[in-house]
Amino acid sequence: MNRFAILRVVAKLLIPAIMLFALYVQFHGDFGPGGGFQAGVIFASAFILYALLFGVVTARKVAPPRLINTTLALGVLVYAGTGFAALLRGGQYLDYSVLAHDAVHGQHLGISLIEFGVFMTVSSAMITIFFVFAGQDVDEGQD
Amino acid sequence: MAVTALALARVRNLFAVVMMSGIFSLTAAALYVVQDAVDVAFTEAAVGAGIATVLGLATLAVTRSEAEKKVRAVAFGPLLLVIVTGAALIYGTLDMPDYGDPAAPIHGHVAPRYLADSEKETGVPNVVTSVLASYRGYDTLGETTVILTAACGVLMLLGRNRRQKRNAPTRDSAA
Amino acid sequence: MMLLPGLFNYWLVVVLMMIGFYVVIAQGNLVKKLFGLNIFQVAVFVFYISMGKIEDGTAPILVDGEPVYTNPLPSVLILTAIVVGIATLALGLALAVRIRNAFGTMEEDEIDAAEADPS
Repeated sequence: MNRFAILRVVAKLLIPAIMLFALYVQFHGDFGPGGGFQAGVIFASAFILYALLFGVVTARKVAPPRLINTTLALGVLVYAGTGFAALLRGGQYLDYSVLAHDAVHGQHLGISLIEFGVFMTVSSAMITIFFVFAGQDVDEGQD
Repeated sequence: MAVTALALARVRNLFAVVMMSGIFSLTAAALYVVQDAVDVAFTEAAVGAGIATVLGLATLAVTRSEAEKKVRAVAFGPLLLVIVTGAALIYGTLDMPDYGDPAAPIHGHVAPRYLADSEKETGVPNVVTSVLASYRGYDTLGETTVILTAACGVLMLLGRNRRQKRNAPTRDSAA
Repeated sequence: MMLLPGLFNYWLVVVLMMIGFYVVIAQGNLVKKLFGLNIFQVAVFVFYISMGKIEDGTAPILVDGEPVYTNPLPSVLILTAIVVGIATLALGLALAVRIRNAFGTMEEDEIDAAEADPS
C-alpha cells in the first residue's frame, strides 16, 4: 500500500483542485473559454487519476457504476427535458427565450441547463469508458 | 507537428505510438490557440492529450501488446495511392481563399449575425458557447446522444457482466 | 506569415491527412490504425479551424470596442466533433480489445488467417 507514496499524496492534493477547476470551467464557460464538454472531461480526469493511483476497485466504490450510469442517461434527459420545458411554456423546442420572464434571462438559464446536461453525460461517459477498460485488466488478473 | 505524425507512422512500438499521439494532440492544441480557437484548444488538450492517451495505455495494458509483430517495409501500393490522393487534394486547394483572408466566403454568411446579435439575444459574451448551446442546440443534443450511445456501446462490448450474463436472468443486462 | 504562401495551411492539412490515411491503409495493427484515424481526424479539425481564422482577428469572446473576431462557427463544430471523436475512438479500442480476446491477436493478417482456418 505504500508504493507510490509521493504520487498518492500529490494526487490527493490535486484531485480537489482539478474538480474545482472543472466546476469553474463549467460555470465560467459563458465568459471565457470552456463549457460542458471541457468541464466534463476535466472532472472525469480527476476520477481517472484517482483510479490510476488507488486502483479501479477502490474508485468504483467512490463512483459506483449504478450512479455513473444514471447520470450518464440523466444528462441527456436534462438536455432534452429543457427542450420540452420550452415546448410546455409555449415556445419551440430548445427555444430558451420563454423559460424566464425576460428572453435574455431565459436564454441564459437554458444555456446553463443544457451545459449542465452535457457536463453530466460527458463526465460519466468518460468515467464509464475508463473504468470498463481498466476493469478488464482486473478481471483478467483474477482469472 | 507533421514530424510527430510521421514518427507516429514509422514507430512500431505501440507504447511509443500512444505517447506520440499525446504529443501530436498537444501540438494541435497549440496550433488552435494560434488560430484563435481557444475553446477548441482547451478541449483538444484535455481530450486528445489526456483522455485519449490514458485510454490507449489502458488498451495496451489489457491486451499486453507492446509492438507490432511484423517488420514491414514501406508498402508501395498504399504509398502510391496516398501520394496520388494528396496531389489531387493539393490541386484542389489552389482555388481556396488565402489563410486569414477576411473576404473568404466562410465569413460572409451566418457568422456576422452571430457576432452582432448573440450578446443582445443571449447575454453570453462567449460567442462559441452561445452558438453551441443556443443557436445550434439541436446539433449539441445530437452530439450528447452520440456520446451516450458510445458509452453504452463500450459497456456492452466490455461490460463486467459479460461472463455471468449467459447464466443470469435477462433483466440485469442493463448495466 | 508573409514568408509563407497563403495556402500553406491547406498543404499542412493535406500532408497530415495523408499520413493518417497511409497509417490506416498500410499498417496491420488495429490499435495503430485507430490512432492513424485520429491523425486524419485532427487534420480535418485543423482544416476547419484554419478556415475560420481572420488575419489580425481575436478569439470570439465579445469585449468592448470593435475588434475583428475570428469566425466562431468552425470552433463550435469542431468542439463537439472532438468529443465525439474520443467517444468513437473509445468504441473502436473496445472493439479491438474484443477482437483480441476472440482471436488472440490484433494484427489484421493473422485475424484473416484465423478466420479462414477456424481450428
